[in-house]
Amino acid sequence: MISELFAGSVIIGILTSGIRLATPYLYAAIGETLGQRSGVLNLGVDGIMLMGAFSGFYVVFATGNLWAGLLVAMLVGALMGLAMAFISVTLHAEQGISGIGVYLFGLGMSDLLFQKLVNNVETVRGFPEAPIPLLSKIPVIGEIFFSHNVLVYGAYLMVPLAWFVIHRTTLGLKIRAVGENPQAADTLGVSVAKIRYLTVTIGGVLSGIAGASLSIALLNVFQQNLTNGLGFIAIALVYFGGWRPGWVLAGSLLFSLINSLQVWVQVKGIPVPSDIAVMMPYLLTIVVLVLSSQRVRQPSALTKPFERAG
Amino acid sequence: MKNKIIFLFLLVFALALAACGGSTGGGDTGTFRVAVVMPSAINDLAFSQSMYDALIKIQTEMGGAEKFEIAYSDNMFVVEDAAAAIRDYATQGYNLIIAHGSQYGASLQEIAPDFPETSFAWGTAGDTFGLPNVFSYEALSQQGGYVNGVVAAALSQSGTLGVVGPIEVGDAKLYVDGFIAGAKAQNASIQVNVNYIGSFSDVALASEAAQTHADAGADVMTGSAQMVVGAIGVAEERGILWFGTQSNQASLAPSIVVASQVYDWTVVVNDIIAKIKSGTLGGEAYALSLENAGLLIEFNSDYNVPADVKDLAEKTIQGIKDGSITVNVGG
Repeated sequence: MISELFAGSVIIGILTSGIRLATPYLYAAIGETLGQRSGVLNLGVDGIMLMGAFSGFYVVFATGNLWAGLLVAMLVGALMGLAMAFISVTLHAEQGISGIGVYLFGLGMSDLLFQKLVNNVETVRGFPEAPIPLLSKIPVIGEIFFSHNVLVYGAYLMVPLAWFVIHRTTLGLKIRAVGENPQAADTLGVSVAKIRYLTVTIGGVLSGIAGASLSIALLNVFQQNLTNGLGFIAIALVYFGGWRPGWVLAGSLLFSLINSLQVWVQVKGIPVPSDIAVMMPYLLTIVVLVLSSQRVRQPSALTKPFERAG
Repeated sequence: MKNKIIFLFLLVFALALAACGGSTGGGDTGTFRVAVVMPSAINDLAFSQSMYDALIKIQTEMGGAEKFEIAYSDNMFVVEDAAAAIRDYATQGYNLIIAHGSQYGASLQEIAPDFPETSFAWGTAGDTFGLPNVFSYEALSQQGGYVNGVVAAALSQSGTLGVVGPIEVGDAKLYVDGFIAGAKAQNASIQVNVNYIGSFSDVALASEAAQTHADAGADVMTGSAQMVVGAIGVAEERGILWFGTQSNQASLAPSIVVASQVYDWTVVVNDIIAKIKSGTLGGEAYALSLENAGLLIEFNSDYNVPADVKDLAEKTIQGIKDGSITVNVGG
């Protein structure tokens, strides 16, 4: 029975579904990476995702316009990110607590709006699969990598983009400086507040897209607590990836591939108790996290509000 | 000034409630007051909705809100919140409080003895804890599962069926086991792939599980609990037939939903109400079945089922009712 897992079609299935599953994690985790590199831990990701998921869904539900839905999800995400930045940067609030506040707000508000505006299980026509010309025709590879919807491609494009911004631009240098040693950065004329506002807001935008990728691309439905805690996994993946986009990608893929593997293991009737199977991705992620935790140091100023001395 | 008026109003209101509370024992105040606490939304097209719809139906039958008052708290996925709500309703003197979720059992066991005049019901479960004021109710969902399985196997061209389950417990497990038994009875060589996603609410994983079933060749699928909306979306997209349970799911995807097993709790709740009115506050365990019409198989009128398959379904339902077909799963 185990050998059935190594059939070509099954392996393609596992990889294709793993690539797709990683999408929301990637958007959210890359956004969170930016914020954390500048020293802000935003635990509100899941709440922002829920608001993005609902607002995107609602716009598509009401107008049928997918791009408008995505745009509104981004805007709502930006607003939530701004709110988080205001609370943690301007008001110097404890980041862990304020993030949980943002999460609870998003969880409750998205459900309230859903009940007031939709109040029923409804489906929408989401982003269709958009096979990339030529590339999608390559046998095996084409099916696995190039036959998804646009939001899936977008998630993977975020990774090199974020890496480039963080490691190869002046802005990235400022972000890292603010996250490592805000006092020094401040002395050199970098506005700590401005940089943190920027990264947390961009993080919010990406979380908004992460939510929308569920509600108008992958699932095309909205429900109370649609994300089901996915945003928290994304935060764990940032730690897992050692605040580096490439490793965050690796972590997201590992988690998602194991998840799709366990789905296939059950579907193929391999006798593993379902409770054990569904634990696998979490278990393995924790194990790898523990083993790799010594590898990199977190940004020194992470979770520390910046106040100018004197 | 305004605050004082509101305060006075609240005071009067509270006194009125207290007065009501004092007279519930007799159950002859004219208005039967029922409160229900549910884990998901009243319109989840699944478990919670099945109970809410039943209460609304009873209300209409009994002649409106003056005769039959309904209070509900939905989305009580946190058990402690649900327990607080149950205690609240009990304090407010409702005649019957329904804790609609097996996860509320332990809380109910603690709360019910404190309110000996109030009747409680909970499910899905078969245990009244030996308390004189607790009813329990469950659904023999394996029966409808069996019927759905028979029809699914008859309609499948590929010979592979897919099942998206939540957690391997309770009526979800009974339904899935019944479905497998029915499919195998119809076609011994059929392949039924089962997947439990480990959650009642993870829509994303339910959707991915459905994709996987489709990739593994399933052309008919079913699933249980409120997260299946994710799976139904995939089924519709890929043109795979769907069988629902708990509530009628045809509205979600009219082109592919063939039939749904619907829980109709009215038979149970009506009987409980009758018992309470005659002074019995608990002690009985109920079960919905095809025979007592608590379980119904509703075909989707938008989907054209071949006449011979529909006959087959009717025969199966009849067989389970008269006992000539036994569904050998669960209790």
